[in-house]
Amino acid sequence: MDEQRAEKKSYKSLFRKVVLIILFTAITPTLVVSIFILDEFRISYRQKVYDHLTLLARKHKKNIDMFLDEKLMDIRMLASTNSFKELSNQSSLNKKFVELQRAFDRVFVDIGVVNHEGRQIAYAGPYGLSGAIYTDTQWFKKAITSAYFISDVFKGLRGEPHFIVTVKHEHEGRPWILRATIDFGEFNNLVEYLRIGKTGFAFILNQDGQFQTNPIADVKPDELIQYLKNNNLLERPQSISKMENDGGNEVLYAVTMLKNGEWMMVLQQDYKDAFTEFNNTQKIAFLIIIIGSLGIIACTLILSHQLIRRISLADEEKQTVAEEKEIMSQQVIETGKLASIGELAAGIAHEINNPVAIMIEEAGWVQDLLEEEEFRQSENLKELYRALKQINTQGKRCKEITHKLLSFARKTDSRIADVFVNSLLDEIVYLSSQRAKYGNIEIHTQFEDDLPPIAASETEMQQVFLNLVNNALDAMEKTGGKLTLTAKRRDDDIIVAVADSGHGIAAGNLSRVFDPFYTTKPVGKGTGLGLSICYGIVKKIGGDIIVNSEKGQGTTFEIRLPINQGQDTPDEAAESAGGQLPLSATIEL
Amino acid sequence: MSIAKVLLTDDEKPFVETMIKRLEKRDLEMAAAYNGQDALDRLSEDSTIEVVILDIKMPVMGGMAALKEIKSKYPLVEVIMLTGHATVETGIEGMKMGAFDYLMKPCDMDQLLAKVEEAAQRKRKHEQKIMDARLKEITLRKP
Repeated sequence: MDEQRAEKKSYKSLFRKVVLIILFTAITPTLVVSIFILDEFRISYRQKVYDHLTLLARKHKKNIDMFLDEKLMDIRMLASTNSFKELSNQSSLNKKFVELQRAFDRVFVDIGVVNHEGRQIAYAGPYGLSGAIYTDTQWFKKAITSAYFISDVFKGLRGEPHFIVTVKHEHEGRPWILRATIDFGEFNNLVEYLRIGKTGFAFILNQDGQFQTNPIADVKPDELIQYLKNNNLLERPQSISKMENDGGNEVLYAVTMLKNGEWMMVLQQDYKDAFTEFNNTQKIAFLIIIIGSLGIIACTLILSHQLIRRISLADEEKQTVAEEKEIMSQQVIETGKLASIGELAAGIAHEINNPVAIMIEEAGWVQDLLEEEEFRQSENLKELYRALKQINTQGKRCKEITHKLLSFARKTDSRIADVFVNSLLDEIVYLSSQRAKYGNIEIHTQFEDDLPPIAASETEMQQVFLNLVNNALDAMEKTGGKLTLTAKRRDDDIIVAVADSGHGIAAGNLSRVFDPFYTTKPVGKGTGLGLSICYGIVKKIGGDIIVNSEKGQGTTFEIRLPINQGQDTPDEAAESAGGQLPLSATIEL
Repeated sequence: MSIAKVLLTDDEKPFVETMIKRLEKRDLEMAAAYNGQDALDRLSEDSTIEVVILDIKMPVMGGMAALKEIKSKYPLVEVIMLTGHATVETGIEGMKMGAFDYLMKPCDMDQLLAKVEEAAQRKRKHEQKIMDARLKEITLRKP
């Protein structure tokens, strides 16, 4: 039991080891490679996102720059192709304005001429700003000192966001400015409709963090400006930064400088949004890894279980084979022993025969001498004769025993000849009588007279009957009992029955009694070959052997032996001289 | 007058001595040999031996070899095989080689005596036949 438990434990331990090793060797590289690939993918994707934003920013910067340059160019063209007098003339200016609007689809909201003092001396547009004073305005202060100027977006006198472009010229040594208001909406549209992903949008800020376009979502430009300043990013033409907003979300900012660094176009997108595809891919990858790992684990467990089971079965088989081998080798040894014992018995029998022969001859000689006249007067003559007779009788008894022992011990002669079952059974009974006597077993025989012979090997049939009788005696040796041997004719067969009153054979074992090496006796007491050999011998001559038994009641073996066709009685068999050779036969030459 | 002259051949000396005494008491003229070669030597010295009782298992030369030699050199001498280890095969083999009969030790004295007498009679019968045939031959040759 303990051995079984220890075995189970060792198989469990082996199972665990196998599973762990396989899982480790299968999953670890998978995980390592997956993590490595994912990380590389993340880096590469991030670069892709950044590049995309950068490219987008660059593209839109180009558009905006082009827009601004175009507007500036238009005003410069106007200023350079018309004189101060012409442009200062209201009706002329109006005309020019209409032309401008016609040409550029009302991008220009209005135009005006501002003198060196900051007074708008001529104005064309919808706001009636003729005569407006801009002396103290920021834009005028910058515009009057620059050849051209683009202002930030501001509300100004009109109260609506707009920005202006100015060109400075001189007239009679004094500067004057041609000013045009650009439609904010047109400008704003360049940026406002820009979308990136789900959360990405763009806006333009100036260096002070003031919006130059309308952002579509809430933006805190001051923090961004501060961040850019802190990281010296305002000097760079382009940069990409990641910051956390108030909601705790990370936001990407792609910043591109416009208008010589005065403005910056900002492309903003939630980090999560920018990496949506990556995150989805990552999730799918994790899912695949998890499913794959679960699959590996499941396969590992199933295969390991099967492997351990096979090992266990193979071990069991090996154990069974080893046990059977052990039994077989024991049985082979026993068989060998039996053969050796047989040879030994033959040798002993032969050696005993000679001294017995001498002993009998000496007794016979004494008997001869006693017949002489001088010994006839002896008082003890009767006693002498009695003693001599006893010596003779016992000597003959030894002779009988050794002859039967020799007969049994000699090698099997499988030549088929006529065998008279009764005489063979008598011989067996004689051989077994001593053992039966010591085992308190009565032997009863009922042999029909004049049974015809069977065609068989005498030694083989001797082996069959002796085996059955020995088995019967074994079954009764502890308790004693009755052994009954019967032989009778039934149609063309001789039926021999060997019945004992021993412990019987269990019903479950009955079907196996004729199997080779099957025995219920301990090793050394039985080879398991006896009945299978009997079965083989009987079958060989066309007969049959069956067994009936009841546990606790006894067992009967019944053998059916076909009569030798052509011989009917022992006399006829003897006449034909084809019968067995008696040991002291006279053969006429 | 003795019934026959018999050579008893066996390696067991006590057996030979007692057997000889018993057979001599029964009017047999006996001689002894203790192995096959010994038996052949006695036969070459004494042509009056009519029957040989021959054991099978003997040293120097065994019974079967001796039987073969005897039948080859002295075909009229009858041989009765005597052994403690009888098998059908040895019996048949002996018969094939010309033995008169085959007995197991220890054998019944009367049975042995009867066999010896039979064997001696057969030997004499054959001898007579040969004698008669020779005489006839001589008679026919005479002019």
